[in-house]
Amino acid sequence: MDFGFTEEQTMLGDSLARTLERSTDAAALFELGAGAALMTEDAGGFGGTGPDILMVFRTLGRAGTVTPLLNSVVLGAGILSAAGERDLAEAAAGGEARIAVALDEPGQRYEGTIATTATDGRLTGEKSMVQGAEDATHLIVRATDGLYLVKAGAEGLSLRSYALMDGGRAAEVSLKDVSARRIGDADLLDRPLAAAILALCADALGVMEKAVDLTTDYLKTRKQFGRPIGSFQAIQHRMADLLTEVEQARSAVWNLAGNLDGPDRDRHVAATKSLVGLTARLVAEETIQLHGGIGMTEEYELAPMARRLLAADARFGDSDHHLERFIAVCAA
Amino acid sequence: MDMSFSPQDQAFRAEVRQFLQDRLPQRLSEKVRLFQELTKAEIEEWHAILNEKGWLAGNWPRDFGGAGWTAIQRHIFEEESALAHAPRILPFGIAMLGPVLQKFGSKEQQDRFLPRILNGQDWWCQGYSEPGAGSDLASVKTTAVRDGDHYVVNGQKTWTTLGQHANWIFCLVRTDPTAKAQEGISFLLVDLTSPGITVRPIVLLDGNPEVNEVFFDDVRVPAENLVGEENKGWTYAKYLLTHERTNIAGVGFATAGLAALKRIARGQMSGGKPLSQNPLFAAQVARVEIDLMAMATTNLRLLAQAAAGQVPGAESSMLKLKGTQIRQAINDLTRRAVGPWALAFPSEGLEGANDDLPPGPPEAAGATRAYLNNRKLSIYGGSNEIQRGIIAKSLLGL
Repeated sequence: MDFGFTEEQTMLGDSLARTLERSTDAAALFELGAGAALMTEDAGGFGGTGPDILMVFRTLGRAGTVTPLLNSVVLGAGILSAAGERDLAEAAAGGEARIAVALDEPGQRYEGTIATTATDGRLTGEKSMVQGAEDATHLIVRATDGLYLVKAGAEGLSLRSYALMDGGRAAEVSLKDVSARRIGDADLLDRPLAAAILALCADALGVMEKAVDLTTDYLKTRKQFGRPIGSFQAIQHRMADLLTEVEQARSAVWNLAGNLDGPDRDRHVAATKSLVGLTARLVAEETIQLHGGIGMTEEYELAPMARRLLAADARFGDSDHHLERFIAVCAA
Repeated sequence: MDMSFSPQDQAFRAEVRQFLQDRLPQRLSEKVRLFQELTKAEIEEWHAILNEKGWLAGNWPRDFGGAGWTAIQRHIFEEESALAHAPRILPFGIAMLGPVLQKFGSKEQQDRFLPRILNGQDWWCQGYSEPGAGSDLASVKTTAVRDGDHYVVNGQKTWTTLGQHANWIFCLVRTDPTAKAQEGISFLLVDLTSPGITVRPIVLLDGNPEVNEVFFDDVRVPAENLVGEENKGWTYAKYLLTHERTNIAGVGFATAGLAALKRIARGQMSGGKPLSQNPLFAAQVARVEIDLMAMATTNLRLLAQAAAGQVPGAESSMLKLKGTQIRQAINDLTRRAVGPWALAFPSEGLEGANDDLPPGPPEAAGATRAYLNNRKLSIYGGSNEIQRGIIAKSLLGL
């Protein structure tokens, strides 16, 4: 039994962490091969397994870097590769192309109900919360009868973009009789979506670890009543509970990484996303509280971490949604 | 036992409700409902409307221009105001400084400052916390040194809510550096337009510059601005904090928040049905509602005890603890109710953000802001850890 990483994975994580200290530029990450590390050898990459995804995204989460890797590579290139669109998949993994994936529709919460329709290869519909849409060269759009590829700037395609809580950007996308090419059935989404959920959970794990480190330092240095606040037992016990929950989240992420390509994937996706979503919220709330006022301020580095953790729960179905999924998967 | 409100109190509630219906501008209540930031002018507008009616200072005796309400009447007014999404009355002059001046201030100070609080000429802010004095308030380091008929003030205050709008600040300052922590503190009123004062806004994690740092560099303050006796400020500060805590339970805010949560949950879909019918979500909402029903009664029981002349003990700390837990739970459920819409974060105050129109229903963007902003509830006014300490001490005495 081995819960560790291969030498290659460890080296990649180390060099990624070092690169992120110098630059948060997406080009530098692609140059380092962070995109290819997320693709299997069949798809022209050199990784793509659960542990590869875990290593890359946990490192990104620790660094707090906002990148196109989840949307454009894990999800975008992952779908393209499954659909046999090898050239565009490799371009996305190399950073030459940018893919945005348009699945959800407005007002559907986590329902996944699709009303976008294709008629003679032309799409009409509304898509919501399409992350990375304004930088995309291509969009993958889910319609009632499958997945379609749309080029950015196509006639009839309009975007209304806005900032997100985790520092990224998304858009409401409107399609009116837009020229598109069908690339396959919706079940091509299964593995890329599971991989994207792993990526998001691993990212959240990295953020949680960093937030806990920051809080630990603060509790040791901040003095009130003449002593470090970390010396108060009430604070110590809260921190002990928090660490224990983060340890659980770590194992949950490991569970999904180890089962991403196994027969029990769906159960692990639901279990991990539910547990990590709950823990992410807990860590955001507790680390703010343990800091006190300073934890509420934008200029202290905890604020973007807390927002990134809340965003991790709110995307791809929150902890309640995946609790219900877990019950459904186990009952099936 | 008769848990109903008296006929007089019921009549009062009807009168408040009618007044809010007639005089609360919808422009303001809509912003409050959507958790949008009110401008200085909008807050002043609501104060002026209440003052015209004589209802701005419900807690002040009539002799000082207040409404002279009972604790029950004040509770009714606060509850009805919250349910109508009225802007909250700024606590700094009305709830905090006013009672201190009425009890400990000189006649000159009362005549000079109290009318200006009511008519909106002065906007007060609170100079209590410092970078090194948060939960441990008695360790304030800002000094005031007597120099003829002035004090010279040096130091820094922080977490000064809405200080950017204020023209006066009441401060805890150290006047005797040799005395034991609580004993060398004085209560001083400082004109914020005095030379040597710098106010710097602090942006919070919801993007709102709601609080400030206030720096004092050789600020000369007339000695007549000392409230009460020198080195007795801690007594006045504690008196002020008990007044700050009278509405600490926030029953009205919680009740209004719960109603908004239910409305939002009816409009969001889950499993092909409204989210309000999802058993998992509905159970969480129900749990909070049951908690709120009990807390509202705790609050009323304490008000009744206060009306009967009893001094509340650790119960007000319990109300702060439970009240903030309930409000934060409602904020959390509301943000989760809007699902992915909560990801949008169009906050103007933050770097890289912009004023893009957020997607989704207007409640959605407010849900995230309210959640983030109200993390402060368990930190300010004596953090919840401090409250737990007070409760435990009252029981164990150790």
